[in-house]
Amino acid sequence: MIAAMLSEAWRALGANLMRTVLTMLGMIIGVGAVILMLAIGQGTQFVVNQSIESMGSNLFIVLSGSTTSGGLRMGSGATPTLTLADADAISELNGVAYVAPSAPGVAQLMYGSNNWSTSVLGTTPSIIAVRDWKVVSGYPFGESDVRSATRVALLGRTVVQNLFNQGEYPVGKTIRIRQSPFLVVGVLGPKGQSLDGRDQDDTVLVPVTTAQRKIFGTQFQGAVRYMMVQAVSAAAMPVVEKSMTQLLHQRHHIQEKMDDDFSVRNLTALAETAATATKVMSLMLGAIASISLLVGGIGIMNIMLVSVTERTREIGVRVALGARRRDILAQFLLEAIMLSVIGCLVGVGLGVGGSALVNKLTGMTVVITGDSIVLSFIVAAGVGVFFGWYPANKAASLEPIEALRYE
Amino acid sequence: MAEPAVVRVERLHKQYETAAGPVHALNDVTLSIFPGEFVAVMGASGSGKSTFMNILGCLDVQTSGEYFLNGTDVRSLDKDRQAKLRNDVIGFVFQSFNLLSRASLLENVGLPLVYSKIGRAERNERAKRMLDSVGLEKYHRSRPNKISGGQQQRVAIARALVNNPRLILADEPTGNLDTKTSGEIMEIFTGLNQRNGITIVLVTHEEDIALHARRRIRFKDGFLVSDDEPRGKPTGSRQ
Ligand SMILES: Nc1ncnc2c1ncn2[C@@H]1O[C@H](COP(=O)(O)OP(=O)(O)O)[C@@H](O)[C@H]1O
Ligand SMILES: [Mg+2]
Repeated sequence: MIAAMLSEAWRALGANLMRTVLTMLGMIIGVGAVILMLAIGQGTQFVVNQSIESMGSNLFIVLSGSTTSGGLRMGSGATPTLTLADADAISELNGVAYVAPSAPGVAQLMYGSNNWSTSVLGTTPSIIAVRDWKVVSGYPFGESDVRSATRVALLGRTVVQNLFNQGEYPVGKTIRIRQSPFLVVGVLGPKGQSLDGRDQDDTVLVPVTTAQRKIFGTQFQGAVRYMMVQAVSAAAMPVVEKSMTQLLHQRHHIQEKMDDDFSVRNLTALAETAATATKVMSLMLGAIASISLLVGGIGIMNIMLVSVTERTREIGVRVALGARRRDILAQFLLEAIMLSVIGCLVGVGLGVGGSALVNKLTGMTVVITGDSIVLSFIVAAGVGVFFGWYPANKAASLEPIEALRYE
Repeated sequence: MAEPAVVRVERLHKQYETAAGPVHALNDVTLSIFPGEFVAVMGASGSGKSTFMNILGCLDVQTSGEYFLNGTDVRSLDKDRQAKLRNDVIGFVFQSFNLLSRASLLENVGLPLVYSKIGRAERNERAKRMLDSVGLEKYHRSRPNKISGGQQQRVAIARALVNNPRLILADEPTGNLDTKTSGEIMEIFTGLNQRNGITIVLVTHEEDIALHARRRIRFKDGFLVSDDEPRGKPTGSRQ
């Protein structure tokens, strides 16, 4: 029975091939668009989530600056107002796990005949925990290196790739940073892109004291541009933010109504905003694409209505020969579902192919999940049932005598 | 008690509401048709023949009066039961053949069996036998538009017979055929009635076609105005 009905529906669709194909095209484009948009949306989400994960969790960044100097307000981080002593004091606060004071700069690196310009970050060993770095070979520098400002460096993967020849083992080698020799003590595991699209592996970590005294120099001894502060948990973050701000007010002698000479930003909250934004974007892409699916469905309804009218007499004959209401309903519903499901199959192919093409042409990350394919199938079958129901019901409700008389 | 009549109608009325007012298509029609009869329904155009046939075929319902098919009051059945009754008891033959143009002759003939849930193998087997019995053994896989009108009506007869009906209802089955072909089709009906004892009710307005039947009834303006065998007598020899 089912097999007979399927082949019957198949033949009905084949009888008017051009019309069938054009009707399916609506479905094909709809499903293709949904798959492609979901792939792009999920790809973006994937990239964002990965950079959020690579950032470390429960993070604040405390920036120096915003001091008023002769009436000019300087930007954050412009004047290093935060000190290593501030960092030590913050690390004593309840709820604070790690503090990593940071003195960033750019420097030319040399090894053998290779040279490479990269960002050099003067910091403390806490940075490893705060940023969730992995040390894949060698070992991180320690507190004693910070105290005695030794010339040791941890290299990011991109730096290793650009400075060393293939297969060369960097740990134990001596590189030059702005001409002074540094011992490579370890290599950092890869992190990939940051939220703002920078290569996080293009970096060198050195003790903050070494950076200040031996690479960049500094206006004020022991001052840093910013520090990263990690709270013990997400729940602790509001308390930490408050107590940290209070502490810095005290230490910097900032009274009420005075401008702060530092600013605190909740990086985790920022990241969550970014994640939410991409999620919304990817949902919107999907929603917009779904509209074309809807249009495809309406196309199916339209053509099924035409088909019911054209075949009124056929319906009358079938009913006279013993077809029940549900037989006629099933016949036309099956045709509508077949239209939409075959359209969906081709559409999935188009969407997957299109995604691969987008990836190839633009380098954009695309992610096609089984879920999105299963979802489009369910939606397509649903569209077939939904938009096929009205015409099929119309066919099934025809009075046999009227249908037989129809010319 | 077993109902002897295949068809029993009593004081049958059918009224159509039209823009020009009500049309009385059937008025006070009472008759019975017994197993094995071959009845020709005659009358001028518009006299109510088709209306009568449609009610007999459970395709339409009367405005008032009673209709018993095989002893069952058709009005008491819902649409699905009526469909089953048509499928089990009645074979239709139409003036315009009404074959499905996309389906092969074999599939056309097997169609009633699809709705009685008979599997593909048996369906094809029975449809083949029927096509062969009306002399179309060479055309199993053809489409209806590839054969002549007379051949198409043979296919329609094969389709009407495939589910072993008790009653065949044919509304002007020769209306679209030439005289010679009409004769051949009437031969088939006569054979079915005489050899197989199938009850046949056949509409025609041609006297010579009606001569094939043993009982002639005549409508005029919706009234039953004449009946050869008012009590109804089976004419076929039932084996
Ligand atoms: N669906 C309908 N609506 C209105 N009037 C109808 C309808 N069907 C038939 N009639 C009228 O009923 C009368 C009998 O019609 P019909 O049974 O078709 O006659 P016949 O088959 O003998 O030519 C005619 O006057 C016809 O116009
Ligand atoms: Mg008529």
